[in-house]
Amino acid sequence: MDGFELICPAGTPAALRAAVDAGADAVYLGFRDETNARNFPGLNFTREDVAEAVAYAHARKVEVFVAINTYPQAGGLGPWRRAVDDAARLKVDAVILADLGLLDYAAGRHPDLRLHLSVQASAANADAIQLYREAFGVRRVVLPRVLTVPEIARLNAQVDVETEVFVFGGLCPMAEGRCSLSSYATGLSPNKQGVCSPASHVRYEPRGAALASTLGDFTINVFGADEPAGYPTLCKGRFVARDTPAYLFEEPTSLNAMDLLPDLKAAGVRALKIEGRQRGKAYIGAVVRAYREALDAFAAGRPVPRSADLQAMVEGGAQTTGAYKRAWR
Amino acid sequence: MTPSLTLGPVLFNWPVDRWRDFYARIADEAPVDTVILGEIVCFKRAPFFATAMDAVVDRLTAAGKTVWLASPILVGSERELAAMRDLTAADGDDAVPTGATLIEANDMGALARLAGRPHAVGPMINLYNEATLAWLAGRGAVSVSLPAELPAASVATLAKAGCDLGVAVEVQVWGRAPLAISARCYHARAHGLHKDGCQYVCGNDPDGLPVATMDGQPFLTVNGTQTLSHGCLCLAAELEALAAMGVGRFRLSPHAVDMVRVAEAFRAVLDGRREGRAVAAELDGLIDAPLVNGFFHDTAGARHVGGAARFQSGKEKPLSQKDKGSMS
Repeated sequence: MDGFELICPAGTPAALRAAVDAGADAVYLGFRDETNARNFPGLNFTREDVAEAVAYAHARKVEVFVAINTYPQAGGLGPWRRAVDDAARLKVDAVILADLGLLDYAAGRHPDLRLHLSVQASAANADAIQLYREAFGVRRVVLPRVLTVPEIARLNAQVDVETEVFVFGGLCPMAEGRCSLSSYATGLSPNKQGVCSPASHVRYEPRGAALASTLGDFTINVFGADEPAGYPTLCKGRFVARDTPAYLFEEPTSLNAMDLLPDLKAAGVRALKIEGRQRGKAYIGAVVRAYREALDAFAAGRPVPRSADLQAMVEGGAQTTGAYKRAWR
Repeated sequence: MTPSLTLGPVLFNWPVDRWRDFYARIADEAPVDTVILGEIVCFKRAPFFATAMDAVVDRLTAAGKTVWLASPILVGSERELAAMRDLTAADGDDAVPTGATLIEANDMGALARLAGRPHAVGPMINLYNEATLAWLAGRGAVSVSLPAELPAASVATLAKAGCDLGVAVEVQVWGRAPLAISARCYHARAHGLHKDGCQYVCGNDPDGLPVATMDGQPFLTVNGTQTLSHGCLCLAAELEALAAMGVGRFRLSPHAVDMVRVAEAFRAVLDGRREGRAVAAELDGLIDAPLVNGFFHDTAGARHVGGAARFQSGKEKPLSQKDKGSMS
């Protein structure tokens, strides 16, 4: 097998160019609506943007994947089906889907369109993955962040589908696509609207020297004067269980699996994915460059360089290998 | 179609004796039609219940209940996969007691194994639209239980599609709403333990571990690797509307309270003997949590819309367009 493919995020045309220029093998992006799981204000691509992105990337031998990875609304399938049709028409290299009905539509309507399974489908075992392979011809599965590296290795031995794993960026402690926490607090969910803990429902309230962050009707964290205040992503909040306030679900931390490259290679992983379509072009450029250098060194058998840039990029300066190591559980 | 009451699987880690006694009383007294059994949250708990499973199935079927077995929500490890394969085996494996008539799939792997045979689709499968429902029906689904976060408009569309396809559509109408599943055990984490050495601390909390905000406002409930709502989802006042949409099955999710009383109350509404709103008021406070119905009303799931029930947030206000989200 060749080296890892490096799959990089883009929320804007500028970020796409930054990712391409910094050494991405493929860039993934979404249309500017609820059909993708990063449906944030000011983010994402019009059809014209995608056409230009494909031209820019293909001229540099970089692929473009379009994420259409929310779950179409009952009675309103149109936007999702048009997104698939337009992605095919714009000659993107793959679409990343999660919904069974939409996969069925794409496989039937566009038999030549390469299908990837989104992490939002949360296919965590060989039988689930084979279903998507056999029913829809899915060629690659983005694995949910619930598996250890040994579990990924065993899984890869049982399936004839490429696997892609997240190596850097935001980290869901919950199985992706199977979480209604945001919906419970705000009415808006990753699966339905493509948003998690949306900014429209976030407030910051000074409380003396402290600062509270709230989401909908709920306080997600209270920061002391000596603590940096973070964004109130629900599962990264501080809550009280057994009379103890703590980061019950996950600390404000970022995934960085760079130390696991040999393990992921041995486990048969084909592609490595960087999270962060909501990030600016400077961040994207720096992270992609750091990973490009690391993968090139790894492929050549050289020591993997430690990137000072990357350390500066992680949330709150803290990083984790997440579920890839059993101790995380 | 006669409306039908379903008792979902016990989600919490009860002592096996309590679990057995609970189902004995359900068999004898609860006016439910279908009882779904199985440890679907944590593989580590399953051996405890396996010892009593055959007897519980026998007791329920002897009482005239239809018994289904539910598959686990998250199947990642080899052992979890092996157990799921045993449960869904086509040749009547020993893992399936005689008397259980259907398997309810809660993970895509189970759905894969059940293809081509009649089966049920559980609420942990992402079923959001009629195209997915048609695909599931084509593979043998005879009944689907919808995800808790679906709003009324989606439920209506899916119920109609279900009628056209001959698939029964079910909605959870009582009990804490399942919100998330993880590989990480938050019960263990809250006790400073690791999942591998969890000491089964989830067994201390028969209705789950309360999680509050730093202001002391009740918010969520941890049940091992699962996270549930704090509020008790209750659609008693919406039962008539649900039935009018074509929803034929109504799910109660068990808690460590008088579930016979809950079942009787919902049965009375379905039979037209009581008002749904009155039943909601009666059941308010049965578990130590306010009633919520926000998901159905296309707003925050933690909210309660309409009626006189207490509010989770204490912030009673009409729905604004913003609350309803961008797709309404």
